[in-house]
Amino acid sequence: MTTTRGTARVGLTDQAAELLRSLHAEHGPLMFHQSGGCCDGSSPMCYPVGEFLTGESDMRLGDLEVPGMEPVPVWMARDQFAHWSHTHLTIDVVPGRGSGFSLESPTGNRFLIRSRLLTDEELAALGEE
Amino acid sequence: MTVYAAPGQPGSPATYASRYDNWIGGERVAPVEGGYFENPSPVTGEAFTEVARSTAADIELALDAAHAAAPVWAATSPADRALVLNRVADRIEEHIQELAVAEVWDNGKPIREMLAADLPLTVDHFRYFAGAIRAQEGGISQLDDDTVAYHFHEPLGVVGQIIPWNFPLLMATWKLAPALAAGNTVVLKPAEQTPASIMYLMDLIADLLPPGVVNVVNGFGVEAGKPLAASGRVAKVAFTGETTTGRLIMQYASQHLKPVTLELGGKSPNIFFADVAAATDAFYDKALEGFTMFALNQGEVCTCPSRALVQESIYDRFLGDCLERVRAIRQGNPLDTDTMVGAQASNDQLEKILSYIDIGIQEGAKLLTGGERVDLGGSLSGGYYVAPTVFEGANSMRIFQEEIFGPVVSVAPFHELQDAVRIANDSLYGLGAGVWTRDMNTAYRVGRAVQAGRVWTNCYHAYPAHAAFGGYKNSGIGRENHRMMLDHYQQTKNLLVSYSPNALGLF
Repeated sequence: MTTTRGTARVGLTDQAAELLRSLHAEHGPLMFHQSGGCCDGSSPMCYPVGEFLTGESDMRLGDLEVPGMEPVPVWMARDQFAHWSHTHLTIDVVPGRGSGFSLESPTGNRFLIRSRLLTDEELAALGEE
Repeated sequence: MTVYAAPGQPGSPATYASRYDNWIGGERVAPVEGGYFENPSPVTGEAFTEVARSTAADIELALDAAHAAAPVWAATSPADRALVLNRVADRIEEHIQELAVAEVWDNGKPIREMLAADLPLTVDHFRYFAGAIRAQEGGISQLDDDTVAYHFHEPLGVVGQIIPWNFPLLMATWKLAPALAAGNTVVLKPAEQTPASIMYLMDLIADLLPPGVVNVVNGFGVEAGKPLAASGRVAKVAFTGETTTGRLIMQYASQHLKPVTLELGGKSPNIFFADVAAATDAFYDKALEGFTMFALNQGEVCTCPSRALVQESIYDRFLGDCLERVRAIRQGNPLDTDTMVGAQASNDQLEKILSYIDIGIQEGAKLLTGGERVDLGGSLSGGYYVAPTVFEGANSMRIFQEEIFGPVVSVAPFHELQDAVRIANDSLYGLGAGVWTRDMNTAYRVGRAVQAGRVWTNCYHAYPAHAAFGGYKNSGIGRENHRMMLDHYQQTKNLLVSYSPNALGLF
């Protein structure tokens, strides 16, 4: 993992940004929705914008900035966010296979979440205790 | 001890072909766009076969075949459908070692599990639904002297089924057996992590199934799974997986007003009351094994008992004995019958588990044992092995809230019964739970109070065909197994018949 970039809650690695750029060339504007549950759960699922309907049950964690692309919003279900809100998420990529209907699967790569605790200063800035 | 030879090696009961096409209309059919993808074995990390990389065009071919077969299969008598299922069961039973070796190589699980659980259960589920469909009754309700309501069961038609990778053959059977028994034809997409063992099975049972009744299309989720889930030509979609894809499948189904059943995982609590330690006897030993069940199938089970709640008064002693049991787990070559824990199913699964171990430590959970990748040496060095891992922490931590799907259990103490129930229910999920106590009143009250579709009581990880399985809360919609599963694959036809010769007098 190299440098990360992004918002206060989410970031991504250079490798993930590179993969996003190639997916963007094929599929256009992109989004993430963080999954929960079994099998491929806990994976960030990447879709063309508009493919996955978000609603009031979802929380927009932030938008990832990748040069040459529209911002990539990252979503998570609010009930899941209640358990994840104290952690900062970095979207990384590893060799792998299969991830629901996420776009990167045929490339032989998978997006993967790496987490760290938000610091007290970061939590304060986000308006959380 | 027996160590089976790997598929294709001298003396191995199983040999994989170098390539697998789709199985459509009773034939091997090459993918329309001609693509294939390599399938690595998690045992070694090396590719051993390639399978069809299908697209929407292949799904359409499979749907064509399934629709062509559907009227004939629906009209086939329950006795004849049952006969086909029984013959499939017999064939699997005759080839049990061969299929066990084949699936170990595809999935990484230990062969003792295949031989003792997965395949005997696979056989039994086919036989169970063969019996269930023959015993199913419709209904006759006499509404008054002249009016009768008849209720008939009718198949839905063509159903789509998307199978997970943790128990490839057994999970395919959980979906296939009731659907076929009920008179449906199927288009099935295996998981791309484990696409091969089901093709091996299809080769073995090809002569038993009428063409088009079962169609298997391999490929990636976004390329093959999505066109199946989004198709207006399926009467229902059944999916096992995770929440985001589950929502997407519901979204697609809503566009065609089609039903879905979803099994989306859990974070199952395993609750140990103090009285389990009232004696150091066979029951206490059973409870220790019950704790250790988190490592079954490398933790890659939707109902993995990955949160252990232990009553304070026995906490130190019980946990100490549990750790001894965990440290005695034999991890090794999955083809060795002495091996208890094998390989995680894929590299990304391995990475995900390690990332959870990392956040667990960051959150301040205490690592009691395990916590690392294991290098088994030799040809197994490239495989995906994680040491059975025990954390001690608090239920608010992410390792207590998210399904890791690895051999990782997080342990916390509780004070008394209400406390245990509160912690158990403090979860987004509600698939499985375990309750261990010598007091059956406690067992009953906790079992009823825990919000989960199945509460194993003084046992864990038993999956008989005649017991309903499914989730509360975010764990999904619908049930699998049990005779009631037939209803999930059937329409109800009501004939409301008047035997009165007289007009009502309204007009």
